[in-house]
Amino acid sequence: MARTPVEFRLNGAEKAVFVEGGANLLDVLRRGLGDMTPKYGCGQGTCGTCTVLVDGRPQLACLTLAETVAGREVRTVAGLPDGAELHPLQDAFMENFAAQCGYCTPGMLMAAAALLERRPDPSREEVVEAISGNICRCTGYEPIIAAILDAAQRRRRRAS
Amino acid sequence: MSSQTRVELRKDLFADERDDNLNEIGRPTARQDILGHVTGRSPFFDDHQFDGLLHMRCVRSPHHHARIRRIDIAAAERMPGVRRIILGRDVPHNLNTLLSLIDFGRDDEPLLATGKVSYVGEAVAAVIAETERQARDAVAAVRVDWEVLPHVLDPEEALAPGAPIVNETWPRNVFEYHDKYTHQKLRFGDVERAFARPDVEIVEGRYQMSPIEQAPTETCGAIAAPETNGRYVCHTSTQALFFSLGTTAKLLDMPSSRLHFIGGTVGGGFGGKVDSLHEPLAVLGAILTGAPVKYIWDRAEEMQVGAPRGAERWYLKDAVTRDGRIVARRFRGYFDCGAYTRLSSYAVQKATGHLPGPYTIENVSSDVYCVFTNRTPATAMRGFGITGVDFAIECHMDKVAERVGLDPIELRILNAYRDGDMKAHRRLAKNTALIECCQVAAEKAGWPIRPEFAAMSSLTGGGGDRAAIPETVTDEEGRVDGTPAARPAPRPAAPAPAPAPATASTSARPAAPATRPAAPPATPPAAPPVAPPVSAPAPAAAPAERPQERPAQKPYQPQEPFTRGVKKPGAHRFSSLSGTRRR
Amino acid sequence: MARHKGRGFAAINYPIGMNLGGDPSQALVHSNPDGKFMVSLSSIDLGQGMKSVTRQIAAETLGVPVEDVYVDTADSDTGPHCMGSFASRGTHRVGNAVIAAAQEARAVLLEAAAEELEVSAADLETDGRGNIHVKGAPGRSITTAAASLAAQFKQGRTVSGRGIFLIPFAGVDPETGEMTPVSCFAHAALVVDIEVDDETGEIEVAKLSSAYEVGRALNPKLVEQQLVGGAWMGMSHAAWETTEPYYPDRGHGPEDFNQYLMPGPGDIAPHDIAILERPAPDGPYGGKGPGEMCANPVLPALANAVYDAVGVRIDELPVTPEKILRGIQANGGARPKGRR
Repeated sequence: MARTPVEFRLNGAEKAVFVEGGANLLDVLRRGLGDMTPKYGCGQGTCGTCTVLVDGRPQLACLTLAETVAGREVRTVAGLPDGAELHPLQDAFMENFAAQCGYCTPGMLMAAAALLERRPDPSREEVVEAISGNICRCTGYEPIIAAILDAAQRRRRRAS
Repeated sequence: MSSQTRVELRKDLFADERDDNLNEIGRPTARQDILGHVTGRSPFFDDHQFDGLLHMRCVRSPHHHARIRRIDIAAAERMPGVRRIILGRDVPHNLNTLLSLIDFGRDDEPLLATGKVSYVGEAVAAVIAETERQARDAVAAVRVDWEVLPHVLDPEEALAPGAPIVNETWPRNVFEYHDKYTHQKLRFGDVERAFARPDVEIVEGRYQMSPIEQAPTETCGAIAAPETNGRYVCHTSTQALFFSLGTTAKLLDMPSSRLHFIGGTVGGGFGGKVDSLHEPLAVLGAILTGAPVKYIWDRAEEMQVGAPRGAERWYLKDAVTRDGRIVARRFRGYFDCGAYTRLSSYAVQKATGHLPGPYTIENVSSDVYCVFTNRTPATAMRGFGITGVDFAIECHMDKVAERVGLDPIELRILNAYRDGDMKAHRRLAKNTALIECCQVAAEKAGWPIRPEFAAMSSLTGGGGDRAAIPETVTDEEGRVDGTPAARPAPRPAAPAPAPAPATASTSARPAAPATRPAAPPATPPAAPPVAPPVSAPAPAAAPAERPQERPAQKPYQPQEPFTRGVKKPGAHRFSSLSGTRRR
Repeated sequence: MARHKGRGFAAINYPIGMNLGGDPSQALVHSNPDGKFMVSLSSIDLGQGMKSVTRQIAAETLGVPVEDVYVDTADSDTGPHCMGSFASRGTHRVGNAVIAAAQEARAVLLEAAAEELEVSAADLETDGRGNIHVKGAPGRSITTAAASLAAQFKQGRTVSGRGIFLIPFAGVDPETGEMTPVSCFAHAALVVDIEVDDETGEIEVAKLSSAYEVGRALNPKLVEQQLVGGAWMGMSHAAWETTEPYYPDRGHGPEDFNQYLMPGPGDIAPHDIAILERPAPDGPYGGKGPGEMCANPVLPALANAVYDAVGVRIDELPVTPEKILRGIQANGGARPKGRR
């Protein structure tokens, strides 16, 4: 099978991999590069569990052809903390008890991170809209919404 | 805070039953696993990397019920990347039932079907290839010669004479309880006599719960790999590590000491990760290829092949006095367990022990069937055995309240079980709190209830007469040992009204011995009128008909005095676990 | 065409643990030389908080801070047998096993401390902050770290404990159903307020008001997680989910989350919860298991609310817009009950 060299940045680091034709970004990140933080939930683009950021925009890694990220910046939960310091979203998810099984959490965090980059002071409705493609089976969503709103506040405080 | 959730700890209630001065208990301590979750480092089974990992996919039945004439794997075996194709004959001990680990039921399910398939999606072969894509392609290249058989999908149709036999281990299409009956019985008092009382209203209903998928965000799966010393490591999403280990050891006929199972961090389960289908196949794959093998369901398999909470159908009939006291309740329930037992047999007993719900009712009767149909086997799911019948009971309570013109919450409080009451399974209620929950929920919702109901308590008013075990009528309907009429039939007519027991017991002790004249059968009760439920049309669905009514069998003639308020045929003991097991 | 308000109520109880018993769970507890404890289980954390609740139970029983305890699940080489995480059995069964194991380890810890302090172990107590002292004389004390070190490097004792909890199997009477199903029950009552659109048949859940009796809220935030998430799942089971929309017909089965419907973050409603605690006599610190029962009252309460709102009884789950509309049609229009 044809293999294509692909170079991109993953969480700030240069990566160069060979990918098979049709390979999706999720497999390349997990199996190819060993970044296990994005999770497989459906492989159909219907659950949001594998959400990563490509050039800052949330994208479903399971539906993204790996070749299409050449030259781009991919960000996963592994790249969310600032060095040893957790991202405000991570702190807020911890303190708001916004995870139970934790499997949807990486995707939720990335969807929320994209929102906060775009809208530092989102309304509840905007938060709901931002995570509406991400399925959580445990929490009933309320703690996640609360955590994202809380994170926005923390982020603004940290910035000021 | 912006949360829409408000939580209040009602420390004022039951305060004298608690010591609230503990160090760690009662604190909102952060979860031990939360840092792992928010950093994506929590180790789920699929997060373990193995060099040279192989991928397994299954060939599945497209038919509800079909004989397997031939499986042709020749072309598939030659496909690129294919390492091995496993068939039923490769499984050392290809027959199991999950609860054999606690010695309950009969082995009735193969890991890979051989002679026939009994549901759409049943696995007949497992392909192992170097990539998932190659495994999928090879699955499509396996040719199975099917002989399609008639199938049955409705549990009541499955009980009708002449229905196709779903699972040859259970030729009557029901799980046989105690090697004796087609169903699990509950008999407490005499419901038919209560239904005949002139001062009661009769309320009947039919309730149906459709199958529900557990839908954990992480699909079920396992990775197995050869370890040292002839052992195999298995990373698994199981909800029950030793359940899966024991099942694997049995199916593969290998000692547990050769299995090293690792799990414990699971992406949701809700009951869907108990069935232990992945671990045995992954380990067998690792044994046969000498390489690490991953077997994981995709989402479509999780939804349609993975066992759901099975459908349940319940018929309820209540007798209620005009002031709202429920004096009799009768249940007939059908658990649709699909093609194999899995855990449904157990759920039926759990449901039976739960009846008649959290209420003290002096006459209760129930017949619950675990029925085999040609659909995906059912298994555990959050509240399995209880959720379905609670739906039935609580919808029914609403109808009862309307019939007698009582507020729905007041009706619950009036009939609620209290400390010291005798439950229908003949154990005293203790530690009850239904009344307080009703009162607090009403208060929170601003739903007014009258002061006398707001003043009631679970702690008082129970026991006394309510602790008595009533004189109980039993029957042998649905016997399977030696009696030809094994199919379920309506309950035999109640004997004519008999005098009340000579002594009303006021404790949990057995009711006083009493005798009861052999009574002539009264008029058989009419078939319960089934109100046509509001439902969506079922395209191409056959009408759900009740099994054919049969004449009542000869009424049971007691030979022995009561034991715990029951007439029993001679010496009698509980079914032991091993008493229902056939190896 | 209009939207109709409706309220529904339901109350339930729930049996904790595997029916009829016969479902053991075991725990092992041991201390490192510096007094940090490890709890080894083969039990599963599938999000319900097994690791966290057993950690608090172990710390409480040992008499040490929760930070000094770590729970390891699940490795069959190191964790002793457990039946598994289902049937709301985790907190009750595993919790009790952890208590037994922690008590045994604590007894050794106190023996070791007693030897160092030259007093009787019976005269010692823990302060839960890492110290062991003589009752009534807080000055005569030793840290758990020092006691553990002395036990292992000086006295030759293993600060460890084993625990098992088993309710022995009891059968069922074939004739009457007489049985000893479980040892304790949780309780719940719930009111749901909804609006039903009589043109589309759609339901909007406006508010949930509930009371859940859980024995003891061993960790109130973990209980809240279960109750909030469970009520959402109850809503979902009531009005959204099924793998067989036209059961018993097998057709139209969903294969992805576009077809298998669940309420999304925009469909959820405010939930006003009261937690009641009537400790179970045989529960770990009175705890029951809220994980399964929390979903159950929502299903019938929602169906009852639909009847209140538009006068249609839906006795078949899920309560879909299609069923509601057909019911309204059959009745010749919405018939709000307006009972409350």
